[in-house]
Amino acid sequence: MKTAFKLAYRNLIGAGLRTWLNVIVLSFSFVVIIWLKGILMGWDYQAKSDMTNWEIGGGQYWHESYDPYDPFTLAESHSIIPQQFSDEIEQGDMVPVLMVQGTIYPQGRMQSITIKGIDPDQDLFLLPTHQLDTATDAVPAIIGAAMAESLQLDRSDHVTLRWRDARGTFDATDIVITDIFSSNVPSVEAAQVYIPLAILREMTMMQGEATLLTFRDPEAERPAVQGWVHKPKEVLTASVDRMIKTKTAGQSVFYTILLLLAMLAIFDTQVLSIFRRQKEIGTYIALGYTRREVVGLFTVEGAMHSIFAAVVGALYGLPFLAWQAEVGWTIPMDAGDFGMAMAQTLYPVYSAGLVISTVLIVVVITTVVSYWPSRKIAKMNPTEALRGRIQ
Amino acid sequence: MENSAIIKINDLVKSFPMGKTHFTALRDINLTIGRGEFTGLVGPSGSGKTTLLNIVGSLDTPTSGEAWVLDHSVGRLSARQSAQLRKEELGFIFQSYNLLVVHTVYENVEFPLLLLKIGAPERKKMVMDALEWVGLTDKVRSKPPQLSGGECQRVAIARAMVKKPSLVLADEPTANLDAANSHHILKTMVNLNRELNTTFLFATHDEKVIKYLRRKIYLLDGKIDKISEQEQT
Ligand SMILES: Nc1ncnc2c1ncn2[C@@H]1O[C@H](COP(=O)(O)OP(=O)(O)O)[C@@H](O)[C@H]1O
Ligand SMILES: [Mg+2]
Repeated sequence: MKTAFKLAYRNLIGAGLRTWLNVIVLSFSFVVIIWLKGILMGWDYQAKSDMTNWEIGGGQYWHESYDPYDPFTLAESHSIIPQQFSDEIEQGDMVPVLMVQGTIYPQGRMQSITIKGIDPDQDLFLLPTHQLDTATDAVPAIIGAAMAESLQLDRSDHVTLRWRDARGTFDATDIVITDIFSSNVPSVEAAQVYIPLAILREMTMMQGEATLLTFRDPEAERPAVQGWVHKPKEVLTASVDRMIKTKTAGQSVFYTILLLLAMLAIFDTQVLSIFRRQKEIGTYIALGYTRREVVGLFTVEGAMHSIFAAVVGALYGLPFLAWQAEVGWTIPMDAGDFGMAMAQTLYPVYSAGLVISTVLIVVVITTVVSYWPSRKIAKMNPTEALRGRIQ
Repeated sequence: MENSAIIKINDLVKSFPMGKTHFTALRDINLTIGRGEFTGLVGPSGSGKTTLLNIVGSLDTPTSGEAWVLDHSVGRLSARQSAQLRKEELGFIFQSYNLLVVHTVYENVEFPLLLLKIGAPERKKMVMDALEWVGLTDKVRSKPPQLSGGECQRVAIARAMVKKPSLVLADEPTANLDAANSHHILKTMVNLNRELNTTFLFATHDEKVIKYLRRKIYLLDGKIDKISEQEQT
């Protein structure tokens, strides 16, 4: 086997340009696959950490009637916060949010929104809620950049807000935009207005009530509470996992095409080798190889392309991949349109497992593709091979 | 005078399938070649020289009869056993040199020793010795395309001789060489035959080679026509 590697190495280096063409095509597959997978891993990481920072913390309790896909449930989705959580809320490790349906009227237009009442002093979310702690003539409110843009709202703009209180009576007041934030998380921005929790409770006469409770520590033991549903972080990020899975499947088609091209080049080289190097094959046999050993030699030779490709790929791939991890990849379209927690610039994340599994898979596939045509050597007649007469 | 036989052929027949019938390339071959001989199969093109040489070299098998080479019956060896025989005991020299063109002269000569798994320091010494025999120590780093035909054939001789095989089979070794080069390589082989007592079996119709043979086995249409007397040198 060692001899086969030595000979295969000499043969490949000796074959010159053809070897390097194959190696470059193959190394390109390595780098692109690792990069694309790295982007997906980076996206997964970014989406989950953005969701954690902006929306779900370490997990949530939902009011049992709350359904994020049905705004009409909001009228029922509120109740007094269970006593058991007072300490955590006191310490700022749990943030209650009260959600109420409402309407705003920017420049004479009408827009249904969700009013979210939140403690201005919270530091669990990156939301700039401290901007709600300002004394103004109207109710201070913060909104997301996407909505600000679509409604052409700006800082210190005043807008009329209408809502229904606990008894179903309509009321209206003025709000003033004290800050606009952007978050990469569409579900915290779209059609939502954040105002101080105390004010919203007063407006709706829902003292001590909330719709959602978000906690910081995912590990802490908490009692089961009546009327509230525990939503662990994994459940809340399941949509990200699903999306990454779908994207992975989509990418696989691309890898397959890329590898197919590389493998076609290797296969072609092997077929041509076996045809053109008959005399050499005969010579190996005359010098004491069995035909099966020659099959082995040619297989090692073909498979070695992938080893070379890993080395060459590392030469230009490592700097490229490192540079990408540094500057990220800016998506050439509006990331907000994805409807997912997706940043405009994704930073690929690579793991040792990713690199090793990619290299292993490519080496195995290359070996199979090299072996397949080489099997023909086992059926060659050595004397005819020596004469170079096999068709 | 040699007494132990290195090759013994009994009633050998070789035929090749040709469409629905057979073409008989060798028939009624009976032949004994002793250790240390410098012998040749001589005959016109198509007389069966290469076919017989290939059988002796265990690259092919007899259709009937037996070919004993170093006490092995060629037709009865497994693929592994016949490869073993070639690897350990036989050296081949071909008309078209059959060097590995992308390997250096050194690597070409080293090849049989790699197959025999000989250790690096000893291997190096053996390669340099073999290159010395053929006078190519100054070309170790060259590759075959940079060499003349004569030089290529000398590399091939070094490759065949490096492991000091018992038997060297040379099929038309001078066919691509001019007179001066032909004489040069034949003298080299005569010397090696004398110094290492290696048996040489040629296949040739080249007068320049025939002159050097100490015994000639004349083939005609796949049959032994006559065998000359052993000459003393
Ligand atoms: N594999 C084969 N199939 C059919 N005929 C063959 C084969 N090998 C050799 N022959 C025939 O056998 C005869 C002897 O060939 P060969 O041994 O090559 O002759 P020589 O080496 O003396 O020129 C030729 O007629 C040749 O065409
Ligand atoms: Mg011939």
